[in-house]
Amino acid sequence: MANTALVAEHTARTLYDHLPLLQVLVPFCAAPLIVLLGSRRLAWPLAFVSSAVALIISVMLMMSVREGGYISYTMGGWSPPLGIEYRIDTVNAYVLMLISAIGTVVLPFAYVSVKDEILSKNHSLFYACWMLCLTGLLGMVATGDAFNVFVFLEISSLSTYVLVAQGAARDRRALTAAYDYLIMGTIGATFFVIGLGMLYMATGTLNMADLADRIADQGANRTVRSGFAFIVVGLGLKVAMFPLHLWLPKAYTFAPSAVTVFLSATATKAALYVLMRFIFSVYHPDFSFTTNALEIIFLPLAIIAMFSASFIAAFQINFKRMLAYSSIAQVGYMLLGIAILTETGLTAALLHMFNHGLAKALLFMGVGALVLRTGGAFYTQISGLGRKMPLTCGAIVVGGLSLIGVPGTAGFLSKWLLVQAALERVSENSLFLLVSIAIVLSSLLAVVYVWRVFEVLYLREPNPDSTATEAPLMMLIPMWILAGSCLWFGLSTDFLYDIANQAALGLLDGSMGMLDSNKTLGVE
Amino acid sequence: MIFHHLILRVVTKLLVGTIILFALYVQFHGDFSPGGGFQAGVIMAVAFILYGIVFSLESVKKVFPEWLVHKILALGVLIYACTGIATMLLGYDFLDYDAFAPLHPTHGQHWGLLAIEFGVGVTVTGVMVAIYYAFAGRPPSLPDEDW
Repeated sequence: MANTALVAEHTARTLYDHLPLLQVLVPFCAAPLIVLLGSRRLAWPLAFVSSAVALIISVMLMMSVREGGYISYTMGGWSPPLGIEYRIDTVNAYVLMLISAIGTVVLPFAYVSVKDEILSKNHSLFYACWMLCLTGLLGMVATGDAFNVFVFLEISSLSTYVLVAQGAARDRRALTAAYDYLIMGTIGATFFVIGLGMLYMATGTLNMADLADRIADQGANRTVRSGFAFIVVGLGLKVAMFPLHLWLPKAYTFAPSAVTVFLSATATKAALYVLMRFIFSVYHPDFSFTTNALEIIFLPLAIIAMFSASFIAAFQINFKRMLAYSSIAQVGYMLLGIAILTETGLTAALLHMFNHGLAKALLFMGVGALVLRTGGAFYTQISGLGRKMPLTCGAIVVGGLSLIGVPGTAGFLSKWLLVQAALERVSENSLFLLVSIAIVLSSLLAVVYVWRVFEVLYLREPNPDSTATEAPLMMLIPMWILAGSCLWFGLSTDFLYDIANQAALGLLDGSMGMLDSNKTLGVE
Repeated sequence: MIFHHLILRVVTKLLVGTIILFALYVQFHGDFSPGGGFQAGVIMAVAFILYGIVFSLESVKKVFPEWLVHKILALGVLIYACTGIATMLLGYDFLDYDAFAPLHPTHGQHWGLLAIEFGVGVTVTGVMVAIYYAFAGRPPSLPDEDW
């Protein structure tokens, strides 16, 4: 073999080296496999097994980047910045863990709920879409390539529209909700990709680390700035940042219960992660326009969201819709944490992302269980069920308390940190005193809307002709797993706090740049 | 039995085979001449769409039933992914085709590309035909209970 001398020595990769890729690949392969098998009976087990594998992988990734540093994985042997790179650091791994954990926990719940709410001929395609959605969310978090983020964003969005529209079997309004979401989501994705186009024009690269290096080298110019504006608006739509949130209440209200649970805990969070990645890693907060955007745009909008959405939530008469509005308010807290722009603030935002994911998933599961037994989530339909469905309603109470931020639940920690972060900056700018007061006041609004649910469930008389019984075990187990973790992370705070803090530090450090990664790849 | 459009029907029957052949040419010659999986898939789908337009939707669905279209859609994606998995199992990066011929990477790249382009072609054929079926199979107006 004359060629042998020309071929470089190759060290075989082990499966362990492939973890960043497998994180995305496993759920991805499940989707076409489900369609190919086309079996209603096999769809759910396949989806569940691959989500569980994704969860295990994300925990393994978390273990290896917990202390900082990152793993770089390249596709097809093309080294970055030319090739596509997956780059896992503490922030990524943290969000990956949230998404895959929720994805896995929701599936047993979905098994019962989907059977009840979706036409049986659509079941296998439903789970295929579900896996695609999971793939998209995991992919946009795992990847280190800006354009790849867009591709995965579209994968997750397109499948989300289909999933939301599946609610049409129960309520036709799901179709218009999905259509609205499609229009808004597409505009968001378009803005995002226009922003990326501008960045590409200005720098000639799409790898995030490389982008960061080059933007830092050449400084800000108009193209880079307008790219930033487009990216922020585009992702703002996906995050449901306050004035861009209009798709959210409808989509969450009319989507099938299981889909709402999944989306509320993952979709906006993944988009929020990408937003943070762009603000902190690609664009550095040292740029005055980044800081200005955070202080002049994010901060006031976050506070308006906290109040107005909570206020609207307090007047809802439908449990599911109320929770949807509450989600907008909670996104406000996360954006506020980012806008405060300190280590504590970011830690609070990241923690709140996780804690809110747990609590909201739990509450939406509660709604799903009530819907299964009563056929609707209007307060008149679910009144007095506290006595008939004690375990379901008990879990809802835990979730509600965590949503308010009562001490002893996970929600307390993140809100407490958020107040602390705001107070830390009072010495620079006394307006932050108002911000911290606003956090506390808007939490009081949360008390109002959560209390209304408690009152409906426990203090009102049940419908005399209601035949509701306790939810099935397949629903109760995931609900209580989440309720347990809400309590566990509220009492034993170190584990999550350490990770979130490490992640916040990683974000504030900015990008680790391209040069460093060449070392890990063995490229001279 | 349909008696009108005799010329169209005869020409279509003649063309369909040629179109499929050309699609296969574009598919497997994509590495030396312009073309590849996407173009080949579209051309392949054109054969079925043309047949459907001239001979009615029902007859094309007899040749290429809807369930098969859906399976093919997924199959192509799996072919693509499995090529990547194969390179992984051979100890290389995902989709690093050097794995197929470590001593002669150019050949490896060649084979790998053929494999994934085949996957692309299969999926694109499926997607295009599925889109055609979806549009052509739409009822002229929606019945009230479908709203």
